[in-house]
Amino acid sequence: MAHIKDILQSMDYGPAPEGAEHVAAWLESHNAGFGHFIGGRFTDPSGGKSFKVTNPADGKLLARVSDGSIEDVDRAVSAAALAFKSWSKLSGHERARYLYAIARHIQKRDRFLAVLETMDNGKPIRETRDIDIPLVARHFYHHAGWAELLESEFPGYSPVGVCGQIIPWNFPLLMLAWKIAPALAAGNTVVLKPAEQTPLTALAFAEICREVGLPDGVVNIVTGEGDTGAALVAHEGVRKLAFTGSTEVGRIIRTATAGTGKKLSLELGGKSPFIVFDDADLDSAVEGLVDAIWFNQGEVCCAGSRLLVQEGIAEKLYAKVRARMETLRVGSPLDKSTDIGAVVSAEQLARITALVEQGRQEGAEVFQPSISIPGNGTFFAPTLMTGVEPASTVAVVEIFGPVLVAMTFRTPDEAVALANNTRFGLAASVWSENISRSLDVAARLKAGVVWINATNLFDAAAGFGGYRESGFGREGGREGMFEYLVAESGRAGVKAAPKTTFAAAPSPTATISLVDEVDRTAKLYIGGKQARPDSGYSYAVTSPAGKQVGLAGLGNRKDIRNAVEAAGKAEGWGAATAHNRAQILYYLAENLSARAPEFEARLRAMTGASRPQAAEEVAAAVRRTFYYAGFADKHDGAVHATKSRHVTLAMNEPFGIMGVVCPEEAPLLGFVSLVMPALAAGNRVVAVPSSRHPLAATDFYQVVDTSDLPDGVLSIVTGNAGELASTLAGHDEVAALWNFNLGIDAGMVDKASAGNLKPVWNGGARDWRSGQTQGREYLRRATQVKNIWVPYGE
Amino acid sequence: MKRSAVAAVSEPEMLRNTNRNAGIALRPDAFEAVQVNLSAVERRAATLPTRRTVKKEYQAAWLVKALTCIDLTSLAGDDTPGRVRRLCAKAMRPLSDALLKGLGLEDAPPKVGAVCVYPTMVPAAVKALEGSGIPVASVATGFPTGLTPLPQRLAEIRYAVGEGAGEIDIVINRALVFDQEWQALYDEVAAMREACGEAHLKAILATGDLKTLRNVYKASMVSMQAGADFIKTSTGKEDVNATLPVSLVMIRALRDYCEETGWRIGFKPAGGLKTAKDALNWLFLMKEELGRPWLEPDLFRIGASSMLADIERQLEHFVTGRYSATYRHPMA
Repeated sequence: MAHIKDILQSMDYGPAPEGAEHVAAWLESHNAGFGHFIGGRFTDPSGGKSFKVTNPADGKLLARVSDGSIEDVDRAVSAAALAFKSWSKLSGHERARYLYAIARHIQKRDRFLAVLETMDNGKPIRETRDIDIPLVARHFYHHAGWAELLESEFPGYSPVGVCGQIIPWNFPLLMLAWKIAPALAAGNTVVLKPAEQTPLTALAFAEICREVGLPDGVVNIVTGEGDTGAALVAHEGVRKLAFTGSTEVGRIIRTATAGTGKKLSLELGGKSPFIVFDDADLDSAVEGLVDAIWFNQGEVCCAGSRLLVQEGIAEKLYAKVRARMETLRVGSPLDKSTDIGAVVSAEQLARITALVEQGRQEGAEVFQPSISIPGNGTFFAPTLMTGVEPASTVAVVEIFGPVLVAMTFRTPDEAVALANNTRFGLAASVWSENISRSLDVAARLKAGVVWINATNLFDAAAGFGGYRESGFGREGGREGMFEYLVAESGRAGVKAAPKTTFAAAPSPTATISLVDEVDRTAKLYIGGKQARPDSGYSYAVTSPAGKQVGLAGLGNRKDIRNAVEAAGKAEGWGAATAHNRAQILYYLAENLSARAPEFEARLRAMTGASRPQAAEEVAAAVRRTFYYAGFADKHDGAVHATKSRHVTLAMNEPFGIMGVVCPEEAPLLGFVSLVMPALAAGNRVVAVPSSRHPLAATDFYQVVDTSDLPDGVLSIVTGNAGELASTLAGHDEVAALWNFNLGIDAGMVDKASAGNLKPVWNGGARDWRSGQTQGREYLRRATQVKNIWVPYGE
Repeated sequence: MKRSAVAAVSEPEMLRNTNRNAGIALRPDAFEAVQVNLSAVERRAATLPTRRTVKKEYQAAWLVKALTCIDLTSLAGDDTPGRVRRLCAKAMRPLSDALLKGLGLEDAPPKVGAVCVYPTMVPAAVKALEGSGIPVASVATGFPTGLTPLPQRLAEIRYAVGEGAGEIDIVINRALVFDQEWQALYDEVAAMREACGEAHLKAILATGDLKTLRNVYKASMVSMQAGADFIKTSTGKEDVNATLPVSLVMIRALRDYCEETGWRIGFKPAGGLKTAKDALNWLFLMKEELGRPWLEPDLFRIGASSMLADIERQLEHFVTGRYSATYRHPMA
């Protein structure tokens, strides 16, 4: 024992280890190894292959865990499918009671779970005790509420089915909660695979599920590595996949699920900016950085890892950061005075080390404080890298370690430009005491979560999720519930449309039945101008009777490129007032209505529709345009109830440039039903009309021309819809894609979309006359939610 | 002077801060543009006590350290010389022999940092503490409101110093902060500093009255520029007294002043600190934000009365393993 007198001199903190005896006893009771949790029972751990789970802080063995085989996954999915039958039929209240019980039991086991998580992952006990586990309980409470309210708050929605969920090692139990709570609340059942590095709290959670009497098979936990995850992704019984992890694996999952129709949400990597303006509270910004990048060893997908600081204060801020780094304590994760624990694994440590070395070689100045770092275990010193430029490797790739890279900017515009100069778009942090500037920057950032004068704030009531290659879908809040529900959609029986042939040669036998006195040339419509197709070819449009009724431009990938480029220049549309957009949509409806007879004649000639049918389709198209004009200023965001004295704004933002591939049937109404909500939400649209009946859409550009729609906001490219959809899906400037053309291989579209991981909506067949083919579902899918956290108070 | 200089001194300096702040000319540019974000400050203040802890012998030592930083205080309308003698007796002998033995401190028994009383109680305190080395601190300048005329306020300081007070806890004129009359505030505090002579000046900001954290920062800076040796949060009479967020802002101001001028200023939270846990939290704050030198009574004081009893009980628990009762410890 140290002498009090000596301590009075040194004033050291001394050791303060959290007791681990309860966890040790639990692990000892499982020294035969852990099985999978399937159908309410643990499988025999000696039955198959297993792997070791170790404590990264000291390398010691914690447990042996089963390595899930394809058969294990299959059994788990079968158990979940069986359980789904009754679980999905329970009332919301009955499900709420289970979720509430889970929340309560997590609280009752909170210290056990905190210690176990710390031993498994290496993160400090302060974080598991004060952040991870309380948020886990909060998430289950919040979703007990959604379960209770499901019928009244989500009318017309039903659960998806069996959900496959794959979670990462950085917040093992919290990510489990983010996945399982909403899934169960919505009436789904779950097969979850925890990360191979950190499966233990998920297994403890399985025991809690038994303890609360959750019906067998509602939650199934299969442990394993990448192969186990792949088996879950591939399983035909899984209707929804939720993944949190690296962008690389997200892309693999996107590709693997292509064309399966599985609902997908991806929460992937980030390189989130932390922007400090010269009017910020700098000392608080420094503490913000501690919470941003030296939280959880920097192994946080939304870590503020890119410091962008205004030039005039850069050196001052760096000096404060360096001084603060000297007081960080790196050490035993179970010590209550530890700030930074162990990196999760030797592999991760090697990766961090290599990236910092590469940064050094590329010219960065590397600062690490002169604090003690334990010799054993996978520890890495907090690191600040200055002299970094956007072109530096360390400024581009996600390091996923306690490493901050810093760059400077001169103006707010440059700050935004640098912040958005990334493939990712998960989170951002803005520090300025000027609220006008802060909100302006927040609005312009391409990120799913923006914290003003704060960082890494989480709450179950606020959605979390990314833009761009940080994935799609949201977790938490109302927006998160939609990921686990399907809307009744006005689905129609699928009629195989006859194949369209793209005959580019003149037909000596055809006589085009003109709808006008003078021959009219249908061109493409790009950037507010009629444009000849790049190919120089047109193709014959024929009636169902085989009669040629006109020629349409045979658009190709270059036309798509031009249309996207034109859309890129029409940025103002999303920033225009919703009232302004509404007015233009009304004007479109007005002009469409004025030309109704012409469109009716076109539809009859092209599709063989009867006069009343054609009249009905045109009238419905006018109505639908009115509908979305009416909705343009009513697809409101929300203010989430999170922390006191915080406004958490959930803003519905347009994606930007959307590709819309219209159905073959209902050539006017289908086109209008998809293009209008996308426009109303503020997107710029590149539309690919019905290949077989393209002329209603090309007639429509004359309506557009007379309706004040700014150039480039809507482009129309006719031709082989499949080829054009493929180009749209593979175009990185296109941020979202809707495909309602049943003749197009959805798998092809999904695969091509993996490049920038744009969300794809393969809508399936619909009865476009039905009232169910309009509504919030369309607006929701035309927007992404940005949550802006604004603390206030003086 | 750079921040590194602030943390550089590792040897404790138990003596009074001999390198006294001489003050500088009023420099509004050092504080007028200051930005303080309330929510962010609250977050730091809320998490700081969760980031550090001390256990067992370390906790005991830290509590002994806290004890040595206490300005044992009685500032009540019913104070009498008799009451003050009792306070002083406790100040000189805060821990029983049994506790001292248990802590291994028999040959170096700790004493509190000072005894803090009203000016008319100074003579009694000085007499009672004679030879102990414990300074007498006197509040002055129309404590607690500071609303008596300036000549009287200065005369009060001179009286207390004349009676033997080694430290003067002055209160600032809050109205000058509300109206941002920095020159006037600076002049008043500078005049008080002059009236103190050799006695150390602790400037009470009455942060509960100032309300905004930017006001707290500005008042801190003006007081230091005018020559305060210590800045102190509260009189103990405001609705809200010492809090961690307010303390954090004052400490940041103190650090900025030290970086700018090289002078080390002391910090004294007062009012509302009652428990041993409070004492530890403020010590964590000092160590984390300022470093080791600010864990000594020359640069850190806690204005408290009941805290000492709680510290005694915790120390007794450390020594005996049993939970103690208040009545077992001699009252202050």
